[in-house]
This record gives sequence, C-alpha cells and structure tokens, in this order.
Amino acid sequence: MRDVAIIASAQAINAATTTATPVEMLIPVVNQVLENAGIARADIGFWCHGSCDYMTGQPFSFVSAVDALGAWPPIIESHVEADGAFALYEAWIKIQTGEVDTALVFGNGRSSSGDINRILTLQLDPYVVGPLWPDDRSIAALQARACLESGVVTERAMAEVAMRNHHNAISNPYALRRGDHTIDELMAAARVADPLRELDCPAHADGVTAVIIAAGDRARSLAKRPAWIRGIDHRIESQNLGNRSMTTLPSAAAAAHKAGVGSDKIDVAELHAPYTHQELLLTSALGLGESTSINPSGGALCANPMMSAGLARFAEAAARIMNGSADRTLGHASSGPWMQQNLVCVLEGE
Amino acid sequence: MAERCAVIGVGQTHHTSCRADVSIAGLVREAVDRALVSAHMTMADIDAIVIGKAPDMLEGVMMPELWLVDALAAAGKPVFRVHTAGSVGGSTAIVAAQHVMSGVHKRVLTVGFEKQSDGNAMWALSVPMPFGMPVHAGAGGYFSPIIRSYIKRSGAPAHIGCMVAVKDRTNACKNPYAHLHEPDWTLEKAMASPMLWDPVRMVETCPSSDGAMALVLASEDVADAHTGPKAWVHATAMRSEPTAFAGRNQVSPKASEDCAADLWRKAGITSPIDEIDAVEMYVPFAWFEPMWLESLGFAPKDQGWRYVEDGVTEMTGRLPVNCSGGVLSSNPIGASGMLRFGEAAMQVMGIAGEHQVDSVRKAFGHAYGGGSQFFAMWVVGANKP
Repeated sequence: MRDVAIIASAQAINAATTTATPVEMLIPVVNQVLENAGIARADIGFWCHGSCDYMTGQPFSFVSAVDALGAWPPIIESHVEADGAFALYEAWIKIQTGEVDTALVFGNGRSSSGDINRILTLQLDPYVVGPLWPDDRSIAALQARACLESGVVTERAMAEVAMRNHHNAISNPYALRRGDHTIDELMAAARVADPLRELDCPAHADGVTAVIIAAGDRARSLAKRPAWIRGIDHRIESQNLGNRSMTTLPSAAAAAHKAGVGSDKIDVAELHAPYTHQELLLTSALGLGESTSINPSGGALCANPMMSAGLARFAEAAARIMNGSADRTLGHASSGPWMQQNLVCVLEGE
Repeated sequence: MAERCAVIGVGQTHHTSCRADVSIAGLVREAVDRALVSAHMTMADIDAIVIGKAPDMLEGVMMPELWLVDALAAAGKPVFRVHTAGSVGGSTAIVAAQHVMSGVHKRVLTVGFEKQSDGNAMWALSVPMPFGMPVHAGAGGYFSPIIRSYIKRSGAPAHIGCMVAVKDRTNACKNPYAHLHEPDWTLEKAMASPMLWDPVRMVETCPSSDGAMALVLASEDVADAHTGPKAWVHATAMRSEPTAFAGRNQVSPKASEDCAADLWRKAGITSPIDEIDAVEMYVPFAWFEPMWLESLGFAPKDQGWRYVEDGVTEMTGRLPVNCSGGVLSSNPIGASGMLRFGEAAMQVMGIAGEHQVDSVRKAFGHAYGGGSQFFAMWVVGANKP
C-alpha cells in the first residue's frame, strides 16, 4: 500500500438555512482548501465529490458542482451518492492504483431544502416500510428506547453526551449549535420523539467540507505534519429494521477492526453519530476508552450537514494531527438508519 | 504499480419496458446471480460490492444501495455507491476495477441498474429549480441541436442516423437480452419514422428500459485460477468538463478527446481502428455513432458518417460497433454504461452468442453522461496487459 495523507482541509460555517446554490456554497470552500494546501488546481490529479440528489431535491444535482472546480482543461473526476468521506475513500483507492498522487475530495449538502427527517424516510424499503412514513427521528427513538430498556445506555449518559458535545462546539467556529448546559437541565427538557429530547438529535445544517490528500513525499512537501491514513475501511449491515440488532453496531466494529483501530491508543475520535445514544453505541463498537477525547468539534449533534458531516469528521481528526495536538486520531462517517453503514479511518502523525 | 484485473463474470437481465414481476431488489439479484454463475462463485466469495445507478428520483428511493444490502447478501461487506450521470455504468465498472487494481480487494462484484417503470424519467429529469435554467426537454431535446451542429459542420447526408438505427435494431435481434427485437426495419421505413426532435426520429431514439448488468472483477491470482473465459482490463480512463461555457465544442467535447487519448496511451494502442476488434459505444441517439467515431479517434474529423455509410461499423465490417444492439435497443439508464463495458468483455470472452464477432482480441467499452461532459472508457483484452 502507498502511504497517503490528509494534507489540508476547509469547511463552510454550518448554517440552518442558506439561499446559496450548491455551486455558490462550494466555490469558497474549494478555493480555501487549495489555498490551505498551497497547491494549484492543475496539480490536483483526481477530484471526487459526495452529495445526494434528494438533499437538493433535484436529479443530477452534482452535475453543476463541476462548475465550482474550474474543470478546464477537463479533469479526472468522479461522484459518489454518499457522504464526502466516501469520496475520500474512492480517492484513496485511486491513489493506491498509482494513477494519481493527489486528490481533492469534497462533500456538500443543503439539509434545509426540505424536511430532512421526512426525506430520509425515502431511504427505506419502498414497498413495505417507506409507505408507513416513519421519519428519521422516530426510527432513532425506537433504537434509543431499545438501548435504554436493555440497559446498554442510560438517559443520564445520553445527557452527558449532549452536554459534552455542545460544550465542545463553543470552540468550533463552524458549528451550528453550541452552549453550556447542565445535566439536570438537559434531562428536564421536553421529549421530541420519546425518549429523545431536542439536544439528543442532530443539528441538521447546510454545509460543505473539502479535503486534499496526497501520497508519500508529495504529502511531506505540502504539509509540515501530514495526517497519514494508516487504515481505512467501511462496512454495511442489513437495513431490515426487524432483523437487526438495535443495541450493537457490528458493521462499525468490523470496519474498526479492518482499519486497525485497536492496535494502539487513539488520542482523538471524531464520530459521525447523529444521536446521543448512537455516540455511546459507536464508542463501544469502536472499542474506544477513557483516554480518547470524543468529538472535540461537537460532532454531528452540533452540526450535521448531511453528505458533508462525515468528511468534516475526517477534517477535524486530521487537524489534530496537523497542529501537533494529537498523534493518532480516528475519523468516522455513517449512513442509513441506525448507522447502517460505517466508514472508519485511522490517522497518524510522523 | 497497479495490480492486474480481469472480468471473470458477466450477467444481465432481459431488458424490457416494465418488469412488473420483480421488485428493484429482484431485478438486481437476477443480474448478480447470472454474473456469479459465470464467475463460478457464490455471494460468499465476494469481498466488496460497487453499485451504480442514475438519479435516485427515477425510482423514488434515496440511496437504494442501503436497502439493497439483503438482496446483495452484502451485510458485513463494503458497499460503495457511484453516480456520475449517464456515464455511471462505465464509471462504476472503473471504480470497481480500481478496488482490485489498488490491491485492496480480490473479488469485486459490480452492478448497475435502472427500473424506469417504477417512476417517470421525463418528470424526474425536468424538476424546475430556483435560479437554474429549466430544460423541460428531456435528453432528445437537449441533444438534437448538437446533432444538427454535427450535420452542418460535417456535411453528413440526412439518412446516416437511420442507417445506424437500422443496424443497431437489426443487431439487437441477435441479442436475447435486448429490449427491442424489431427485425423488420429497412432504411426506407426508418426514414418515414416520426420526427421527435428534428433531426432525431423515433427510430433513432433509445427506449426506456428496466434492467440490470453485473460483472465480477478479479485480481490476477484469482483470474488465473478461474477456468472459464476472462477479459483482462488493459486500461481505464475518465474525464469531466463543465456543462456550458462560451466556445465549448459540444459535438466533440475536449473531455471526450482527452479521455480517449489517455485510454489509447495507457493501453498502448496507436491506431484504434486497426487494434480494436469490437466496440460497444454509448449511442442513445443514432447520430452519436458517427460523432463518437470521430471524437474517439476511430475516424478522421467530419468522416465518421462515411464509415457508417460504407458499412464499416456493421457486425461484418472492419470496426463492428454495438453488435449487442447498443443503447438504441436497451436503455436501463444506470446499467447502460455497464452494458457497454460488459458487452465489450463478453466479446473478448467469446460468450456473446449470436452477436459474437470472430476472434476478438481487444474490445472497447464507452459511456458518457450529463450534457456530453462525463466520460468513462475501458479497453479489455484476451491477453494479460
């Protein structure tokens, strides 16, 4: 395997709503990541984009994104109907073939185009589940209730997750929601989908993240301390809600194993866990202990720009390596109901 | 640096306007099962799955790969979703091949599908967006001015599109999986076909199909051990450019020319027309055959239509193009590019049945999408690259 590292990233400030078109949202972030890397457009070997038509409400919505890239002369480019973190995975594969040495990957989503909780219902089995219109919060609430009843999480532990993430987000300029709350205050809040309270649920946002990755000496020449990808893997599990564990995340555990998470201590983990109980399940599935700082950015609870939020976790995990505050970090992205699909990446400094 | 990769399994559905007898999952599974049989494998042998399809709104399921996990026996495996517009079937095969060429996986299943009968493509392609240019024309209305431009600049006579249509519809009769089996077309009859988007007649237009295509891609050691037919991936290439800007050559986009030049260089091919034995080209409207012949370097500029007129692209010609009947005879959009890539592999593997060309050593698969702006191509061959 070739050594590949994240050498730069850029994010838009997450917004609850925006009137900007996808191209208008993308241009400043794409320009910023190029500037942060100190690299010219012409030196990018491969471009890969993650987005979702249902977020924009328009088929082929990614087509216009090419306008944000300055794709002339023509570029080597691809698109995934998924979070930008999966675009990073495709770019990592591409660099492994030896065809290119650098890649710019980006993800964008405008959750405010519609009612995101109802839009996500359209991911479900269209013949027998989707027509019942269970929304994303309700499905997550079923899982949270099962976790509480089986004792794998407590309401207090969920409130602690909400408290820590919202506190951490105070120092994250890109976050949408932030603030200091007490456990008592959080546990006294009204339920929005029993047993979930508002701050147990993700802060859906409009956002963009872009990341540049490079191989070997190219990475060393572009960054003082590149964040080396030491392991990266993704796994999926059945979507069948009636035939799935509600209290464990086997696909996350399998991806973590393949990515080599357990071979050494993780200093910082940035987890794309949209709901508080899911962060607890995920921390357990990944085998992370007390010594790991979870979501210093505030995570998806404080800004969940769908299709960009996973790649933002990668950007945050890489930033800790690049600024020297951590030596081994973890970036994670998820997709689907009950975190059906999980992508795990281990990053290290040299 | 890259590992070798071969196609060792190919499977497709019978393409038709409405597969009311199966769900999307059933449709996909049908192609996958056939590909696995041809690869002498079962689901358990597969390391990773790469799925491609055109816009999710064509069926109304958002990111359907999530729901299709059970149908693909994919639980516990990596599932990767690609979407690059009309070129998606080709791009998906390339991304799948790169999962092998990177050395990350040894046995990769890839599948492209569309179940157009579950939705309404014309509606899904015409959703008006704020601040965006409304097209409301469908693909035919979009591409017909580009075709007119080709006719004007090349001086091609009016019957060339119909010649391509008659050829492809006739070839499709030799392909049991093709959607349209219409053996009675003659040039005279085609020229009387209703005009839909001047100069595109109905016979020169692709159908709306339900269908799926699946391939099994294997690393060198796995392919060497495989006793069945195989097609080695010699080269892959992709290019993209913006939809619209002043001075853009939409008849022969630079992204198309660059992509082909890159492909021929990587495959070590200096004279495509002499070295390629079979072509599966993305021709959703008949006139695109001569246009792509020129853009890809098979024919000199403005001469592509002469190749059609002289029968060069007939099954018995010097450069057989779309012996399967092509997109003009079956268009399950998300599978159409993979059908081109897979049919090219089938020619090399010698398993194309009645539409098999004799002794194919190298074949070319091609897909394009968006406003003629996304391109995916590969060359597969009988020998190791």
